[in-house]
Amino acid sequence: MTMIFGIPVQALLGQLLVGLINGSFYAALSLGLAVIFGLLRIINFAHGALYMLGAFVGYLLLAFAGIGYWPALIVAPLIVGLFGAVLERTMLSRLYKLDHLYSLLFTFGLALFIEGTFRYFYGSSGQPYAVPPSLAGGTNLGFMFLPNYRAWVVVASFAVCIGTWFLIERTKLGSYLRAATENPTLVQAFGVNVPLLLTFTYAFGCALAGFTGILAAPIYQVSPVMGSNIIIIVFAVVVVGGMGSIFGAIATGYLLGLAEGLTKVIYPEASNIVVFVIMAVVLLVRPAGLFGKEA
Amino acid sequence: MTETSLSQPFVGPAAGRAPLRLLAVCIGFAALVAAPMFFYPIFVMKILCFALFASAFNLLLGYTGLLSFGHAAFFGGAAYVTAHAVKVWGFPPELAVLAGVLGAIVIGAVIGFLAIRRQGIYFAMITLALSQMFYFFCLQAPFTGGEDGIQGVQRGKLLGFIDLGQTMNMYYFVLGIFLLGIFAIWRIVNSPFGAILKSIRENETRAISLGLSVNAYKLSAFVMSAAIAGLAGSTKALIFQFATLTDVTWQMSGEVILMTLMGGIGTLLGPVVGAGLVVTLQNVLATSEFPVTVITGATFMLCVLTFRRGIVGEIEAAIVRWKRR
Repeated sequence: MTMIFGIPVQALLGQLLVGLINGSFYAALSLGLAVIFGLLRIINFAHGALYMLGAFVGYLLLAFAGIGYWPALIVAPLIVGLFGAVLERTMLSRLYKLDHLYSLLFTFGLALFIEGTFRYFYGSSGQPYAVPPSLAGGTNLGFMFLPNYRAWVVVASFAVCIGTWFLIERTKLGSYLRAATENPTLVQAFGVNVPLLLTFTYAFGCALAGFTGILAAPIYQVSPVMGSNIIIIVFAVVVVGGMGSIFGAIATGYLLGLAEGLTKVIYPEASNIVVFVIMAVVLLVRPAGLFGKEA
Repeated sequence: MTETSLSQPFVGPAAGRAPLRLLAVCIGFAALVAAPMFFYPIFVMKILCFALFASAFNLLLGYTGLLSFGHAAFFGGAAYVTAHAVKVWGFPPELAVLAGVLGAIVIGAVIGFLAIRRQGIYFAMITLALSQMFYFFCLQAPFTGGEDGIQGVQRGKLLGFIDLGQTMNMYYFVLGIFLLGIFAIWRIVNSPFGAILKSIRENETRAISLGLSVNAYKLSAFVMSAAIAGLAGSTKALIFQFATLTDVTWQMSGEVILMTLMGGIGTLLGPVVGAGLVVTLQNVLATSEFPVTVITGATFMLCVLTFRRGIVGEIEAAIVRWKRR
């Protein structure tokens, strides 16, 4: 077997693939956080819970309505997005004028509430969700075996990231969004319905989390705790990347996912803290984050 | 941009009401001394422990305006150090508690040093991430006993002759620590140092322009808060005679936030009231089928939406309104 620095190439590539997949999830989730933070100036602590909700909606659709993976990939994010829209309209919008820490506390409570509810019904153990038949099996690339579903996850999440970036940076709607980030009062005066824009943005961020959840369902098991496990890592990603730029959030997500994968090969004991260590180092060297502008 | 500060409007010391205050303090003290005759002592000790923990947290959030999402690291970290000191090093209780507090100071200094580099929401996320890192460390480090924790910690003899194995002795020991901690917080808050902390909370930029080395003050406040949280954690390890992973989880950090929020952020008594309520609620729910997290989450949302001042904060505001009439 071929070796690099005493590590079998197969193991290295395998873990890098796992890292790339985790990185895809980190990227999509931190992207959602950055989009919401950009306009609403709130940190959505419930993002992990919404990711879990997306996976569970997919699971429940299959179990009770017989709706398979592909339709669920569209329906689940829509349901989660709608849920987000209702939340924003009825509760979150009351908190905008207060200190931002209150919305953080509110969404933290929301996360506990959603997770607790699913735990009550499904316990902490995971429910299996099968890979769709059209993506079962894998491809032998010669140097490694690539499961088709994993390849799809990488492609799909990358496409969503690029699509979101395009929507925000290159379209008319995106320009309204960016303008409202700079000066909501002025944009409102120009006749743009800013409150509606806020609702849409929050719902869109939530839908992104839901989409990531259903994407992750066949890889990890669908479990009530999957959200809280990932959200803290995503927070560290956001601290490293800074939420100033969409591109920064995406790039940092992939970067840290790969770093985590690499650590699993070199020094497995540290694999679940490596993201936090990187965060600490970045705070020491560049307190504003890799892509951050503000001090 | 209208932005409501996290703090309450400053409520001045009730001038001319000093005797009334003294009376209230005496009644409170008498109630705490007599409490174990009427309630299950372990239960009261647990409340005192969490009340001290929440008060330590409030020193940071309520008086300095820093929301730490990682206070469990100090609480649980100190519990581990105390348990280890008793079990492996054979320390007497007073030294073991001291060791726990020192441990919390070290963890607090490291986390605080990194976290104060960013403000507001980022500060909260950094403390959360670093305390989660500490959780993983505790999960894997050999001396913490992993999932089992450190069990069977002896309470020992205080100063060599007071047997803390006796529940009543233990209770007054815990009460003493609680009062000491609360007194320390009261002194800090009402000192010139405390005034500077409040100025940082109200307007950090202004404090910097006045020539104050804001970061040094923030770090000191952070470490003090960590030390007192550690004091509470060490005491908890002695009360229950074990230290486990539960005390270092992010859920524990969330619980202490809820206690403070419910009781009243930035009030001296608020965290104590909040801790009493949350611990009682948990005891009631522990026997029922109902999931605690759902209630906790719903309470959080309700508190933020409807009474942000908390119970004590609302009462204080009502008194101020009543006086103005």
